[in-house]
Amino acid sequence: MHGSKQQGGGVSHLVNIDAVMQQVAEHKGCGTTGGSGKASCGSSAGQNDLPPEIWEKVKNHPCYSEEAHHHYARMHVAVAPACNIQCNYCNRKYDCANESRPGVVSERLRPEQAARKVLAVASTIPQMTVLGIAGPGDPLANPAKTFKTFELIAQTAPDIKLCLSTNGLALPDYIDEIARYNIDHVTITINMVDPEIGAKIYPWVFWQHKRYTGVEAAQLLTERQLRGLEMLTERGILCKVNSVMIPGVNDQHLVEVNRAVKSRGAFLHNIMPLISAPEHGTVFGLTGQRGPTAQELKALQDACEGEMNMMRHCRQCRADAVGLLGEDRSAEFTTEKIMEMEVNYDLEGRKAYQALVEEERMAKVAAKAEELAGLEGADADISLLVAVATKGSGLINEHFGHAKEFQVYELSAKGAKFVGHRRVDLYCQGGYGDEDSLATVIRAINDCHAVFVAKIGGCPKADLTAAGIEPVDQYAHEFIEKSAIAWFKDYLAKVASGAVTHTPRGDAAIRQGALIVAA
Amino acid sequence: MAFKIVASQCTSCSACEAECPNVAISEKGGTFVINPKKCTECIGYFDVPQCVAVCPVDNTCVIDNAYPRYQAAG
Repeated sequence: MHGSKQQGGGVSHLVNIDAVMQQVAEHKGCGTTGGSGKASCGSSAGQNDLPPEIWEKVKNHPCYSEEAHHHYARMHVAVAPACNIQCNYCNRKYDCANESRPGVVSERLRPEQAARKVLAVASTIPQMTVLGIAGPGDPLANPAKTFKTFELIAQTAPDIKLCLSTNGLALPDYIDEIARYNIDHVTITINMVDPEIGAKIYPWVFWQHKRYTGVEAAQLLTERQLRGLEMLTERGILCKVNSVMIPGVNDQHLVEVNRAVKSRGAFLHNIMPLISAPEHGTVFGLTGQRGPTAQELKALQDACEGEMNMMRHCRQCRADAVGLLGEDRSAEFTTEKIMEMEVNYDLEGRKAYQALVEEERMAKVAAKAEELAGLEGADADISLLVAVATKGSGLINEHFGHAKEFQVYELSAKGAKFVGHRRVDLYCQGGYGDEDSLATVIRAINDCHAVFVAKIGGCPKADLTAAGIEPVDQYAHEFIEKSAIAWFKDYLAKVASGAVTHTPRGDAAIRQGALIVAA
Repeated sequence: MAFKIVASQCTSCSACEAECPNVAISEKGGTFVINPKKCTECIGYFDVPQCVAVCPVDNTCVIDNAYPRYQAAG
């Protein structure tokens, strides 16, 4: 029968399941911080926290390691336009709202064009270490294009890690293919394990030549997703689970999803806020379904953290994004431009550059460890958020007015922990400030006590102070975590001396719409 | 005897192309088109027309009234 999908077959690559589960268990218990017994590894883990084989797989992967995302870049190639399910948060009339900048149709690539683009980008951006296929449809609904692309890239750029992101419906049919091309990172979007809830998120799925709707569709989807996850775990392929938080639909339920995926060996869980601006034309956008607030999202992520690693640095980027997370250089690499580019794939040069990045990372970790000393006796009741303007490398190196987003760290007696990021509209446009944009920034970081910047003008400084957010520019171009901890020690000293009264902050808004390239 | 694709609604996602048992669908001018000479409305292959079932936009793969229904032509 035409279109039949490749089922299993071939030589078995099964590994010892107990060994894999042990490895997963060890990994989850890693980086336990003194006393609390809570794992702090995974997305923020360093080399010493992880089993060597998992560290090797994630250390340069910006989407799997929070620490790596400051230093390494990724790219997506849009070779997979078709999809096999319909989601109420996605409008394929344009592009997938959660994967792509809405309203702009991605430039679709043939596998040969995609391979050429990867070489062009890797030659220009030596810290580009990861190639993902994430759509704009579902990679596994376009198996020929997806695997041909991986095959071509594995031949010409063998040092680049390959990953794919899928809704999971077709996943059990392609485990052998995924293993064959050494794709060692797979992301499955799992929004529910209860078909009654699934029916509110997925109008239909297309499977084995038939469209299924309602609870039946969701039942089929959840079974296939969880089986696919188990099969990946058996093969030792790292799996991250993405979930879209939809208030009133699956927000309470995602704790259950978290348990279900954790028990099946998922390595990392990424809970993302629903994007539902009406102009995107999604079902949720048109029915007025709201997304979560920043504090609602953080509370759910905190509740799921337990022993499972939570990812909080996802930028919900478009399916053809290029660059560090939070930046998009895709406009530099259109098909027209890459065909004209002189491509010189310098494997040794890339390795040398990445060795320098590793030194930089180690220096950052050492600086943080040093600053942590003296925090042990700190007031355990005080924990607060700070926002940071950064361009990458783990440094406070962005001007307040140029920041397209702020990274958010939680400071407590345990140290500094990355807990999220807030996109903001560009506040500074051509050198002068804009009142409404500043208000947008303040709304986005309203739950923060301070904002760390490389530089800031007098006006926004006064407005931030008036809003109760302390602008901090004394740590310009220094390491984020070390500086944040140093500031926090000062803050605690001021609270202890009575110079400052500690008061909790309010909630903050999550900006709708994907990150847009700066004009 | 054929389905057609409403070009103004087609997102060019290509999902229908791979599902068509008659290889009747191809890309043309940025969207996808069905060759009416090859389309059998999936009769003899599937219970439902595959392009209709997989298309993400409702009412985009529709019966083309310019042609008689497939069985009637048989």
